[in-house]
Formats: sequence, structure tokens, C-alpha cells
Amino acid sequence: MSFLRITSPHGHGPMTTTQVMQMVLLATLPGVAALTWFFGPGTLINIAFGGALALACEYLVLRLRNREPTPYLKDYSVLVTSTLLCIALPPYAPWWLVMTGILAAVILGKHVFGGLGYNPFNPAMVGYVVLLISFPLQMSSWQAPRGLGDMPGLSEALTALFLPATYDGVTMATPLDLLRQNKGLLMEDLYQQTPQFGQWAGVGWEWVNIAFLAGGLWLIYRGIFTWHAPLAMLVMLGLCAAIGFDSGSSESGGSPLLHWLSGATMFGAFFIITDPVSGATSNRGRLLFGALVGILLYLIRVHGNYPDAVAFAVLILNFAAPFIDQYTQPTTYGHRPIKEDDE
Amino acid sequence: MNTVFGIHGGIHPPEEKALSNPGTILDAGIPPTLVLPLSQHIGKPSNLEVGVGEHVLGGQLLAAADGLVSVPLHAPTSGTVTAIEPRPVPHPSGMENICLELSCDGRAQWLDTSGFANWTEEKPEVLVEAIRAAGIAGMGGAGFPTAVKLLAPQRAPMHTLIINGTECEPYITADDTLMQVEAACIVEGAEILAHILGVERILFGVEDNKPAALAAMKAAADGAGRPCEVMAFPTKYPSGGEKQLIEILTGKQVPTGGLPADLGIVCQNPGTAVAVRDAICDGKPLTDRLVTLTGRALARPGNYRVRLGTPIEYLLQVAGFEPKENRRLIHGGPMMGFALESSSVPVVKTTNCILVPTEQELPTPPPAQACIRCGLCAEACPASLLPQQLYWYARARDQEQLERHHLSDCIECGACSWVCPSHIPLVQYYRAAKGMIADSKAEKVRSDRSRGRFEARQERLEHETAAREAQRAARRAAAQKKAAEGGAEDPVAAAIARAKAKKEAAANESDPS
Ligand code: SF4
Ligand code: SF4
Repeated sequence: MSFLRITSPHGHGPMTTTQVMQMVLLATLPGVAALTWFFGPGTLINIAFGGALALACEYLVLRLRNREPTPYLKDYSVLVTSTLLCIALPPYAPWWLVMTGILAAVILGKHVFGGLGYNPFNPAMVGYVVLLISFPLQMSSWQAPRGLGDMPGLSEALTALFLPATYDGVTMATPLDLLRQNKGLLMEDLYQQTPQFGQWAGVGWEWVNIAFLAGGLWLIYRGIFTWHAPLAMLVMLGLCAAIGFDSGSSESGGSPLLHWLSGATMFGAFFIITDPVSGATSNRGRLLFGALVGILLYLIRVHGNYPDAVAFAVLILNFAAPFIDQYTQPTTYGHRPIKEDDE
Repeated sequence: MNTVFGIHGGIHPPEEKALSNPGTILDAGIPPTLVLPLSQHIGKPSNLEVGVGEHVLGGQLLAAADGLVSVPLHAPTSGTVTAIEPRPVPHPSGMENICLELSCDGRAQWLDTSGFANWTEEKPEVLVEAIRAAGIAGMGGAGFPTAVKLLAPQRAPMHTLIINGTECEPYITADDTLMQVEAACIVEGAEILAHILGVERILFGVEDNKPAALAAMKAAADGAGRPCEVMAFPTKYPSGGEKQLIEILTGKQVPTGGLPADLGIVCQNPGTAVAVRDAICDGKPLTDRLVTLTGRALARPGNYRVRLGTPIEYLLQVAGFEPKENRRLIHGGPMMGFALESSSVPVVKTTNCILVPTEQELPTPPPAQACIRCGLCAEACPASLLPQQLYWYARARDQEQLERHHLSDCIECGACSWVCPSHIPLVQYYRAAKGMIADSKAEKVRSDRSRGRFEARQERLEHETAAREAQRAARRAAAQKKAAEGGAEDPVAAAIARAKAKKEAAANESDPS
């Protein structure tokens, strides 16, 4: 009788790409829940609307590229991209903003380069930066957190999305905005005079960051990515902040804690720079990649003109990733320099 | 002293060891016919000692070794030689080799043999010769002739012998069983090997998932005449790779492109140690081995003593094969074994396992998805390679980058493919890429050589032409000179003068002065 000829190995581990993507989606839940609690259902609406758009867009592009769409749609990767982008968007964004972002992410960020696995840039961040450059105003108006302004309900969220002209929400400067605009106040006074700063790093923001941190730690625990890039980024960001803190003077760049727990820090550290496709390849490379993101993030936050800097920092380093790879190849077995030793 | 070292990467696939009931040896019996591959080379070997129709006894020499990296072949039982012709042999490519077919008479009549009464007093060369004559080849990996490995001390002194009882491949329990049942023989075989190699210490490496084997080996090693250490280490695939085991036990890495012997280390398999003991103490050639027959498509899995040359289809019957649930037949383990297309091939010296899984047990892999560069493969690679990069460059056929990323250090363990969530058959790409590089290197050698030949020929031709030219020019010059001297000379006189001159020249030549 004749048997199947398959090359070794004949067994396979339990993990599939679909599961990897599902776990990443699952791990965003705590962060999304925190965003929803502090800023209302806007983010949820973005994610649902953006996800539907992304699936449709992926389907059409695959058709145009003459691929059978089903297996690709089943890998969930496009949902991960759209979800990450929508988390980064301001809640209560108008539909055209979400749509432009999704189209840019899926088409410019991914398919132009040949699809999943071939994209040199993080697709979600491509979408985000396109929006930031094209619509700076809409991209920097952020809903006031719970307790400091009225919470929009579901119907208001839908209005904001589909009939943006009739929606009038309460927006408020984020702690990072305030920090950048700060002229002359000591850090202590800044915290006391502006209610947005909350306990550590901003009302709402601190909990949102802690929630993303929790989701990220779970992914590391499940072996979806390694700790190297996130840790390196957080350490470098903290180090830069410690140096720039200037004992809390009016010139201060903010404390490490403020930087760790505000804006998109934790989201970026665990969900953006860990994107394996556009990041560095080896663990050594990831350390370097993360560390450089941390430094850039700090510099752009403190000296740049944008509300947050994760997207820019990540895209710039996506450029550098191939070079980082060149110089951070791990030492292969048997290539260790031979040292004179005992025996 | 007893510390073990960690290695990079590795995976923990389901072990499935209990399925084949380690610790018990069953007898597969004598099949009606045995099929014995004569050599690794296609073509009729010149070293046959028997002919078709001849009756042979068990242990009788059938074919002598031809050359250094070859081993002789002995009859695994008594019977009649019925054919010498090409037959399929176990090989990933499904290739054929010249095989000798032996119709067994079932009487199992053996030649009388005897070994050395006291091997400790024999010279290493004598023992190596006996091992070569017994046809012993490595029974774990590639089947390299054991006697050749034992020549290592000729290059540099050896200090450590490692007996590799790791058996990290899932399913296989042949070495585990051997260690449980024949620990004393393994230790004695190891002592013989140590004596030949002149090493000071013997290390037995065993994964900690084999407590019974560990206990048996420890007890046996206690009675040994030289420093023996049985070292247990955490179970992880592929700890049993020769290079990995050396790092685990000694903390040292075999330099790339080198051999364990470069570190003063020789590795052998427990089965080989027993074969060495049998050859030296009893004069018995290697004619059988332990084979794990396992997988859920078998009703009676277990460790069977199998005569070399036994057709695998016969073994499947013995172990109660149920064909309907199965689509694959694997020679070796699930991680590194290769799939056989047909069960008509025979058991050879390296057949440690025949795995016959059901489709549920080891499902046919789904189509590969895109590489998401998740890096799980790099985390799993025991050689600290970047499998995702190698995959990328293998697809691009970028030889330079493949070499820069050390493709040649890949041991083809399959850990990367096992973890890859996109089900990419990575190892398949690496094998193809290695083949491509080997081909282009061979091509380069060939073209260098033929360029060399061409240049040499060119040079020779030029030389010859130049020489002819010179001769012609000299002749022309002489003729002109003569013409100038004597004008129109009498041709007869000229001929006489030439003949005279020749004679004179001959006389001068024979003159010793
Ligand atoms: S495990 Fe597979 S998908 Fe992940 S990086 Fe390696 S080859 Fe790519
Ligand atoms: S097959 Fe090669 S690349 Fe893959 S894990 Fe094993 S050694 Fe590494």
C-alpha cells in the first residue's frame, strides 16, 4: 500500500496564526474597557465600525489581487490592525476619519507591500500618521474624562460617527498637551491647578495604561511575544524622563511615572512595537528597537508638536529595523568565540 | 561536577512514550525473507562473499567492507540467498540499492563465535578491527561506521566518552528499554570504547523523563572500573542532538564545522555500546536491533528485537496494523523521521522506530499561511538561528545571506516548524536550500576544475605550437644559411654529409664523457 509522503516534522504545536491574532484581540479588552469607562462608548463604536470596514476592504483588495479571500480573512490579522488603529483614534471621531484611517492602514500599510508578513511599517500606525498629518485638528480633540465632563451615551456616539456636523462633545486637553503647553508652572503647581492630571498621570489615562499593561503582560505570559521590546522601551522612556524631570521645575519634561502612564505609552509598548512583522527580528534587535522607540517617544513628546508620539517613533524605527537586524544577529551555536578554559 | 548546562530554545511536544511500553523487549520473530542492502552505493559491489543459491548460517559474512567508510554485512539467520538485485531501501528519496535477499529456513542455525577472553589486555587497534569486522555502525543517527569514529585519538587525545541515552524524540523508547533491560551490557560496552579511546571518564546522558532507565544505569555504572557518571537533565526536545547534549553535559559548544572530537569528546549511542560489547566479548556481529513499533494505528505497539533486513510490512503485521485509520508511515520519530511511501523496505541499522500514527494523532498539515514574523521559531531554535530569516532567504534563493545566517549550522531538528503558527514547513525549505548550496558549490568545483583543465590544455597547446614554430624557424634558418653558403649543392653529397653527421652525433651521445 502507498503512504503519504510528508517531510518532517510530522507533528505540530498547538498554536496557529489565527489563535495568535485572537489572543492579541482578547488582550486589548482590559484597555478597551478602561477607555470605555473613562471616555464613553466612542472607542467601542470606532472598533466596530472600523472592523467592518477593514474586513470589507481586505476582501475587496484580495479579490483585486486575485487571491481567494477566505483563508486570509480567517487569519484575523486585518481585525487586529483595525482594532489597534481604532483604539488609537479619538473617540467620537467622524466616519470619514475612521474610514480614511482604515483604508490607509489596509491598503497603504499592508497590501501595497504584498500583504501580511511583507509590510515594512506597522499598518495601524501608517493609518494613524496619515490621519494625523491630514486632519491634525480632529486627531487632537479628545473627549473629557469621566468626572470632568458629560459622558456621551450610545446614541450620541452614533451621532458623532455618522452625523458629525450635529455632534458637539466636550473635549479637553490631555495631560500631555498641558505639559507641552506649560509655561512657567512648577510640576507640583501644574498638578494642583489642572484637574486633568489626577493622581499620577491623568484622570482616566493612568487606568487605561495600567489596563493595557495588564493585557500586554498576559500576552508575554502566553508566549505571543517576548519581553525585550516593551521592557527596553519603558526603561529608556523612564530614563529619559528621569533625566529631563529637572526636579519638577517649570522646564520639566514630566516625571517617569507621568510618561509611563499617560497617552499611548503602554498601548504602544505592548501592542504596537511588538508587531513582529515591522519590528526587529532577534531578541537583541528588539531590545535596541524598543530602547530607541523609548528615546524618540520622549523627545517628540517633549519637544515636538503632536499630541502623542508613539506612531512617529514607531514608523521611524520601522525604517531602521532592517539595519538593526543586520547588526543584532544572535550568536549561532558553535560560533561562540572559543575561550581558553579549565580541562 | 554533576551540574548540567542549559541550551537555547527547544520545545516540549507530547512525549507519547508510554504508548510503546518501555522496559519490555518483544521478539519480532524470523520473517520468511530478509532483504539486506549491501552498500550505500548504487552498482554491483565487488566484495560479495556468497552467491545466489548458496546456503548460509547466521553470523556468516555475506559481503566484506569495501573501503574505510563501509561496514561488512552478516547473515541475521540461516537460509538461502535467493536474489541479489536493486530493491527500495529506507531513504527520504525512496531510492533503491543493491540488496541481498535471504530466504530464511527458520532453523536459526548459527556459526560458532567467540570473543576476547579479556579485552582489557588487548591493544586498541585489535579491538577496533574486531568492531569493524562485526559490521557495527552508529545505531542512533546517520549510521556512521563506529570503527571510523574510534580512530579519533589518532588526531588528538580524547578525554570524554558520552553515551547518548537522551532519546528526546517523542514516541521512541528503544534506548530507554535497552537501558532498563541491558544496563550492564551498555556500561561494559562503554568501558570497552573508553579503553579503545583512552579517555578518562564516561558520561551517560539521560533525560529525566526516564526514571527507570536512570536507576538501572546508575546501578550498573556503580560497578564500572573507571569514572562513570550518569547525568539526568530536564526533558526538552532536541536535547539528544549530539551538539546539544555536549553543551548540556559539558557547557561547551562544538565549533561550527567541527566535530565533537575537536573538544576531545566522542559520542556513542547505547545500542552501539551493546553491539560493541557483543562483538568484543562474544564475537557476535551486528545482525539485529531494537525497534520501537508505535503509533495508534498499531494494535500491539512495543519494543521489538528485529533482525536486520526484516521487511517493515512484516513488522506491521506482527504489531497488528490497522490500515484504515492511517495515512503515514514514518521511519524514525515524529520530529526528524522521514515518511516512507511503501512498507516493503527493510529494517536497517539506523531504524530505531517505525511510527504508524492515525490521522487524528498526527493530522496532515493544513496549507501554510504567511509568515507573520512572530519569532516563535527563533525562540525554539536550539542552534540560535533566525529561522524566519532563513526561510525568507531560502525562498529568495539568496545564498550569500543564507550563509551569513549560518544555514549550515541548522541541525534540521524541526523545532521551528513545530511551533510555527502559520504551519510553514520550514525544514523543507532549509533542506532544499542546503541542497542548492551544495549543488552550486559542486558546480563551482567542477567548473574550477574544468577551467583548470582548459587552461592547462591551452598552455600545453601554446607550448607545442611555440616549439613547432621554433623548430620550423630553425630549419628555415639552416636552409637559408646553407643556400647562402654553397649555392646549388649536390643533393646526393648533401645526403651523405647528413648521414655522416648523424652517425657522429650518435657516437658522441653513447660516449660516456
Ligand atoms: S514561527 Fe512561522 S510565522 Fe512565526 S516567524 Fe517563524 S516562520 Fe514566521
Ligand atoms: S530545524 Fe534548523 S532552524 Fe529549525 S529549529 Fe532546528 S536547527 Fe533551528
